Amino acid sequence: MKTDITSHAEAAEAFNKKESYVNWHDETLWFVRKKRDRVVHQIPEWEALREKASATKHYVLSHMDELLEEFEKNAIRNGIQVHWAVDGDEHNRIIEEILNRHGIRQMVKSKSMLTEECHLNPYLASRGIDVIDSDLGERVVQLRQEPPSHIVMPAIHLKKKDIGDLFHIHLGTEAGAEDPKYLTEAARQHLRETFLTRRASLTGVNFAIASTGGFMVCTNEGNADMGAHLADVHIACMGMEKLIPTFNDLSVFLRLLARSATGQPITTYSSYFEKPRKGQEMHLVIVDNGRSTQLGRADFRNSLKCIRCGACMNTCPVYRRSGGHSYHNAVAGPIGSILAPNVDMRKNADLPFASTLCGSCSNVCPVKIDIHDQLYKWRQVLAKEGFVPKPKAIGMKAMSVLFAQPRFYQWAGSVGRVVMRTFPGAINNGLNPWYKQRDMPEAPKESFREWYIRNRQK
Amino acid sequence: MKVGLFIPCYVDQFYPQVGVATLELLEKYGCTVGFPLNQTCCGQPMANSGFEHMAQSCNELFTDNFEGYDYIVCPSGSCTLHIKDHLHSGKKEDSAKHIKSRIYELVEFLTDVLKVDNLNASFPHRVGMHQSCHGQRGLHLSQMSELNAPWFSKPHHLLEKVKGLELVELDRKDECCGFGGTFCVSEEAVSVKMGKDRVADHEQHNVEYITGGDMSCLMHMAGILNRKGSKVKVIHIAEILNHSGI
Amino acid sequence: MSSREIILNRVKSNKPEPTQRPEELPNPIRYENLLETFKTMLGNIEGKAFEVSSWEEITGILHSEYPDMVNKASDIPQLADWVDFSLREEDPHQLDSVNLAVIQGELGVAENAAIWVTEERLSHRVLPFITQYLAIVIPADTIVHNMHEAMSQIRTGGFGWGAFISGPSKTADIEQSLVIGAHGARALCVFLLKD
Repeated sequence: MKTDITSHAEAAEAFNKKESYVNWHDETLWFVRKKRDRVVHQIPEWEALREKASATKHYVLSHMDELLEEFEKNAIRNGIQVHWAVDGDEHNRIIEEILNRHGIRQMVKSKSMLTEECHLNPYLASRGIDVIDSDLGERVVQLRQEPPSHIVMPAIHLKKKDIGDLFHIHLGTEAGAEDPKYLTEAARQHLRETFLTRRASLTGVNFAIASTGGFMVCTNEGNADMGAHLADVHIACMGMEKLIPTFNDLSVFLRLLARSATGQPITTYSSYFEKPRKGQEMHLVIVDNGRSTQLGRADFRNSLKCIRCGACMNTCPVYRRSGGHSYHNAVAGPIGSILAPNVDMRKNADLPFASTLCGSCSNVCPVKIDIHDQLYKWRQVLAKEGFVPKPKAIGMKAMSVLFAQPRFYQWAGSVGRVVMRTFPGAINNGLNPWYKQRDMPEAPKESFREWYIRNRQK
Repeated sequence: MKVGLFIPCYVDQFYPQVGVATLELLEKYGCTVGFPLNQTCCGQPMANSGFEHMAQSCNELFTDNFEGYDYIVCPSGSCTLHIKDHLHSGKKEDSAKHIKSRIYELVEFLTDVLKVDNLNASFPHRVGMHQSCHGQRGLHLSQMSELNAPWFSKPHHLLEKVKGLELVELDRKDECCGFGGTFCVSEEAVSVKMGKDRVADHEQHNVEYITGGDMSCLMHMAGILNRKGSKVKVIHIAEILNHSGI
Repeated sequence: MSSREIILNRVKSNKPEPTQRPEELPNPIRYENLLETFKTMLGNIEGKAFEVSSWEEITGILHSEYPDMVNKASDIPQLADWVDFSLREEDPHQLDSVNLAVIQGELGVAENAAIWVTEERLSHRVLPFITQYLAIVIPADTIVHNMHEAMSQIRTGGFGWGAFISGPSKTADIEQSLVIGAHGARALCVFLLKD
């Protein structure tokens, strides 16, 4: 099943070449997990909040068509123009059309993982429309021409030296300067110009409220608002699963989102848009792009409850030690691994296996997605569809034969142990992946069964 | 109380002493223990690799071997959890259901069923407890650090009764060791890095022994410890609880 | 068939069995002292809180926090004499040079020091973001315990835009180092106005 993308295992191996870097990356993300834990313990009703959020999202999934229609009706009444995109390509074309109608060739964008998923920036660039990402982390990776490695902290894989060097080239900051305050100030000046001059602003949607036709955009930097409140055209893009039923429901989700994501009680700005500004055009693009398919998968539909907090990535011991890029998907980590196979099983067959199924992700998920159970279930689907590498499939068949026959298993076990004891080199060599960095266990003379027969069989 | 002893395949082959300790512990507390001689494997390695459908013969063999016991006890959280979650029999579904409801990992059997009070065990050493993932998050052997919920730990509860044992607090209480079944070889780099980090946490706290309820995790950590020539040893919790000291 | 119809049809046929909306949360967090909690939370996120009893006190404090400040703007009628920057311009881009803006908030939330503001009291939506320094005034007795109470007090349908503002703008995108003052206000003062 050779594809031309680097599998997670290969990318992870490369990531682990420099141990000090992996240690730093791991510690940095674990620090965010600890910040989350601290604020979680300040809210006695935390687990009840998660349960309520989960149940609310279940309701949304089971009433999604009605809620979408209600949302659209109210948004239109509020003066928002609503568009529907079946897939990423249509989403990109809709946005291009809006910009063309206004003769706009430059746009400023705040964070939207959906637009990453749809590859909006390169599409618009190929059409002669320049997009600048205004979220600091997103701007950094945009300048580096690489995708974000984390859905909340896009540049978490980079050190301040990397950013300093980058800004020296692109923003004219002093060579060798790496003080975060200095670099942030430079970005503030550079991007302020963008907000003030660009006539179109694109934002994501954290929550779309069906009962009001309004939507909420959460940022710490204020970039979504700087863009939207100055632009002639505000385009908001949402995955259709971002709905919540009522304005009051925001209370639950706003309490959960930032605490789970970064350990803050709430983001600096939670901005609620219901009507366009006087003289402004506001557009909303509702995107499917495989979500309706996932909705139909009984085992996997709960992944659509995701509110994109990133907590699963911060807690995942594998993500911390392999980095977001190794998942070759707009959304990485545990949640990415259960969303991506729905869209392309062949390309993403490696992702559900990039896990020990430890279950930590499911526990931090604010909407109680059964992530680790879904990872296991995706493995079954992928194996049945033939997307597990041949050697592994053959090995598993051999194993199942072995374990089905007690005599064979007993014989193989004792022979194996004799070989290990007499010809260690046969096992302890470069062909044995276990042996690369670990010693093999010692092979005892007797199995437990043999001991039992000798000592307990009467 | 008729107890069927379920010994994981790798414990049977590589760590028979863990099986012995488990057996002796159960016998100490008055159980009549039987060991079905034809047991092989619970099927987890195949199932976790996506080949659940290939594990059906394992399921049938397991059901045949373990029907007819009041309880089934296993010194492994992950194998126990796997049976609880996935055991099915085409021909004897009732027996399979019964087994699922009566299978226990060793520690929870001691605390919840036998309600062990006096251990008469002694192990005067600094010990780090590795809380294996499936036992913790699957069988709820101890509280999970991600949740805002009251602390409890069944293994700690038992280890605290062991004379002289100094249980050490770790930096990361319940981070996965990286073994993960076939993950240990299919994602070798990350698996080893996770194991190295777990081991380092214990070493930084100057433990003499790392213990836990799953020999798979301990085997992985021992492989790393031995490769670096560390003095730290691993020991299954059954062996500590059964240790009467000299 | 339009994309809209395609999507809605797919959703209709793929959605799961209907479930109910969950019950209200029985006991969301409450605090012993609302004012103190709000002030502590605000301090934690690098905002400054001042308990005041008059508008004179407010301008006095602003003068000492920001001596020699020019381009001061506000839509609050009581501050008409204090401002030196007119907000009558229609074009929001003209607000680029505002250094200090004082706005009126509707309520404060103790659990996270968030303040709810809407465009009903603002000439321009961009004002709280484009200003270099921001101050918000709320009546001290509008502080509620938690977000549930806050949401229940907000009536939608009138205003076209509102926001919860919690602290000054910030980012930690560079090696998780917290930097205050990203694209929005570099600092936030909150005046808790007592009757």
